Amino acid sequence: MPVKVVTYGEWQLVGLLLAVCCLGFSVSARAQTGDETFRAIVAELGDANFREKEAIAARLIETAHPGVRNVVTALMDGRVFIRDQDGQAFVVESTAEDLSEFTLLDPASAAEVGSSPPGQLSRVITNNQLRRFLRMAVARFSLSSADASVRRDAVREILRSLDAGNVELLRARAEEEEDADVAYEIETALALVALDDEDTRVRSEAVGRLVGRLNPEVRNRLATLLESDEEGRFVEPDPGVRAAAAEVLQRIDLWRSLFSLIETAFFGLSLGSVLVLIAIGLAITFGVMGVINMAHGELMMLGAYTTYVVQLWMPEFIGLSLLVAVPAAFVVAGSAGIVIERTIIRFLYGRPLETLLATFGVSLVLQQLVRSVFSANNRAVTTPAWMSGALEFNPAFSLTYNRLYIILFSLVAFSLVLAVLKYTRLGLDIRAVSQNRAMARAMGVRSARIDAMTFGLGAGIAGVAGVALSQLTNVGPNLGQSYIIDSFMVVVFGGVGNLWGTLIGGMSLGIANKLLEPFAGAVLAKIFVLVLLILFIQFRPRGLFPQTGRAAESL
Amino acid sequence: MRFIHISTIVLLGAWLSACGAADDGSMSSDSGSGAEDAVSGEPIKVGVLHSLSGSMAISETTLKDTVEMLVDEQNARGGLLGRPLEAVIVDPASDWPLFAEQARNLLEVEQVDVVFGCWTSVSRKSVLPVFEELNGLLFYPVQYEGEESSRNVIYTGAAPNQQAIPAIDYLMNEVGIERWVLEGTDYVYPRTTNRILEAYLRQLGVADEDVSINYTPFGHSDWQTRVSEIRAFGSTGKPTAVVSTINGDANVPFYLELANQEVSAEDIPVVAFSVGEEELSGLDTEPLVGHLAAWNYFQSIEGAVNNDFIANWKERMGADRTTNDPMEAHYIGFNLWTKAVEQAGTTDVDAVLAALPGTETPNLTGGIARLLPNHHITKPVFIGEVRGDGQFDVVWQTDGEVAGDAWTDYLPVSEDTIADWVELECGNYNTVTEVCSGTNFE
Repeated sequence: MPVKVVTYGEWQLVGLLLAVCCLGFSVSARAQTGDETFRAIVAELGDANFREKEAIAARLIETAHPGVRNVVTALMDGRVFIRDQDGQAFVVESTAEDLSEFTLLDPASAAEVGSSPPGQLSRVITNNQLRRFLRMAVARFSLSSADASVRRDAVREILRSLDAGNVELLRARAEEEEDADVAYEIETALALVALDDEDTRVRSEAVGRLVGRLNPEVRNRLATLLESDEEGRFVEPDPGVRAAAAEVLQRIDLWRSLFSLIETAFFGLSLGSVLVLIAIGLAITFGVMGVINMAHGELMMLGAYTTYVVQLWMPEFIGLSLLVAVPAAFVVAGSAGIVIERTIIRFLYGRPLETLLATFGVSLVLQQLVRSVFSANNRAVTTPAWMSGALEFNPAFSLTYNRLYIILFSLVAFSLVLAVLKYTRLGLDIRAVSQNRAMARAMGVRSARIDAMTFGLGAGIAGVAGVALSQLTNVGPNLGQSYIIDSFMVVVFGGVGNLWGTLIGGMSLGIANKLLEPFAGAVLAKIFVLVLLILFIQFRPRGLFPQTGRAAESL
Repeated sequence: MRFIHISTIVLLGAWLSACGAADDGSMSSDSGSGAEDAVSGEPIKVGVLHSLSGSMAISETTLKDTVEMLVDEQNARGGLLGRPLEAVIVDPASDWPLFAEQARNLLEVEQVDVVFGCWTSVSRKSVLPVFEELNGLLFYPVQYEGEESSRNVIYTGAAPNQQAIPAIDYLMNEVGIERWVLEGTDYVYPRTTNRILEAYLRQLGVADEDVSINYTPFGHSDWQTRVSEIRAFGSTGKPTAVVSTINGDANVPFYLELANQEVSAEDIPVVAFSVGEEELSGLDTEPLVGHLAAWNYFQSIEGAVNNDFIANWKERMGADRTTNDPMEAHYIGFNLWTKAVEQAGTTDVDAVLAALPGTETPNLTGGIARLLPNHHITKPVFIGEVRGDGQFDVVWQTDGEVAGDAWTDYLPVSEDTIADWVELECGNYNTVTEVCSGTNFE
């Protein structure tokens, strides 16, 4: 007996119920429910529990009233309210927190019918199960959407629960579908349905059509075909179809493991790029200047807080806020760096231990400063829309946008720093002073000023890294502490005084970490990497790319 | 070879920084204000042992403020036994050994009558011997892993059967979850809780291959691999949920990664035991909508007592501040203590400890908290779904209050163990061998 892929048992019943009664082409044939009845059903949501709400929603959809789609979407967004005084239901346009009055829309006509203070309305609460149910209903509506990607997502959603009604809808859609991607998804769904067919030929052909389709539903379904019950009877009676299914399954698994390998490599690159980003600034202050700057992490923290403040200033333009935050963070952290250099570090050149302790003190001061100004609590930094979500290649493989941007960002930052050091006057001075201070001074380079600028540059880059970190982790007083070890690790591993070493070092540490993680777990992976690093330093104490020449000797 | 020298220094420095080298806990006293004229006599000293700096300051500072508020309110009502209350505040700076030092300081030097304090289990374990040795009284307000009952500690936070177990029941019976990811930070609370949950799930007939347990380091920020694994684990067609004992700062990147990899709460809900209103106030909650938390209190629960408490808190601390579960635990603990003191007519620890069991006080959400003989209290359990504004919608709650169980029934080591400080005078009593083991904790 063929077994249906049951995703969420209880849903199927309701889904079936729905499918029989309603939807799409059958709508026009049925007499529409009157507006009054429709409003009354919506109002019932007021004092129902979640299971009852689900039944009410099913009845709502059954009415095939033109307002259904609007109400269902609003219910999913938590925008359906019941007025306390008379128990009437309304859809609210926006529930923004700063509104003193909510604009009320009639659920049946979507026309504006007045407004009410939020205090006199009770929201119709939904839970995950109810939202999942509504999502399926919305997916059915979306099948006829004008946007192909919406249609594709809708088919994917329907794919999870292929009951008779949904199959009917998909068949109807398949006939008029013009977009190739959507048609492909529908074909996947219909092939899955055909696996239940009584005719062996149809089943075998369906298996053939599923080759290379990476949706998890396909994989699960094929796997169930090969299962057998206690008496050795297979779900799929025909051995030929079983063999074909096994082969298709094997190929799907091969693709999936290939993609998961690529994914791991991407994870490694992305972790690596974060490591590079947090280490570039240190590569300058520690690598070029030889200053052990324990406040490096706190300079990143300043950058992250700058992002927060910039977002506070321009709440209307969250999308642009990061672009503004990057130069702002550079200036803020850079100036902080210059102040630290001028007031503390310059008195301590050549005394690494004292510098270490002094900058550690500075880091504590900065942390407590932020605690006093912004409170000890984390601050919420919003992720702009263009940085959220994922770039999907196929159902088994997608890359998240924020990681893609951060990889890009870190490469850009790296190239810029490299260019500054190589092609600008400041860069020339920095290199001159770091290679031979006395000679540089003899040539007229104001070494004290260059020291300040160099430290400022390193600190500024740390601030820029902070902007990126604000998108990945908490913006709080402890942000710096969690990254300081990693950044020192990268610089020491890559070779002090060599920016390329930082890039290669950061990337290889990131990839090594991510390759180990699936086998060893995050805790052990981190320990392994650290142990390997310590061993490595024993054999190559100057890192991957040691500096050569006279300057190195004096370090 | 001077370079090695520098590397050594760097590593040393990095180590220093990682340990968050403790700055000295500073002492400050804060005398109760309000109706001080009406009350006279030697003040009753209330010790507050919460970190005000270091990594735990984010959570614990709020509790310090709560105790201060409770003390001020009590003074406004005329103090206790006709005497004013005085909060003695110390800062153990998120440093576990310093907790023990500061506890000793509070009990020996400051001679406080009661202490409200600690957050992490490791800080509690570190002060336990001090409180037992010096016969102090500690009210511990945070949900914890259980397997402990000390004569000198009153546990006003949830034991596992008042938070974790009901959460599993909800997911299994109401949501129909069949596959479980137990995701935790690598330390004592998640490890013990997950051991209990694993045993419980097995008892409910969940197969081994349907449970995945994983631990990540403190402050873990790169969740790409784990979320990808969870997504794969949840793609078998069986409904899957994540039970999260992820601690503190690691939560934000975890939820962000879930959102970015487009794992929605409708598909794989995450139920968390350490994420509350306070934690959510520091992040953009849009991507979290629908994820779950199990607590004994939510700010969004309507009721006269809760509304008053929230109003007082906001008036004192600012309109954007939130209330949370451990704050309610301190509220309950403080009221239990004042009642017991009034009943005993003294603040003497032995007398108060004798009066405490059986004491009742209303909790903020409408029920009654009663102190049980095992030094735990009765609590209602709520499951809430995160909403867009950082508050929770309660989607499920237990019928009435659940009695806290100090020693879990789901682990073989403690299934026969009970704690009873009234009849048996014992925190670790084996009902089968009828022996009272000397240690009150695992």
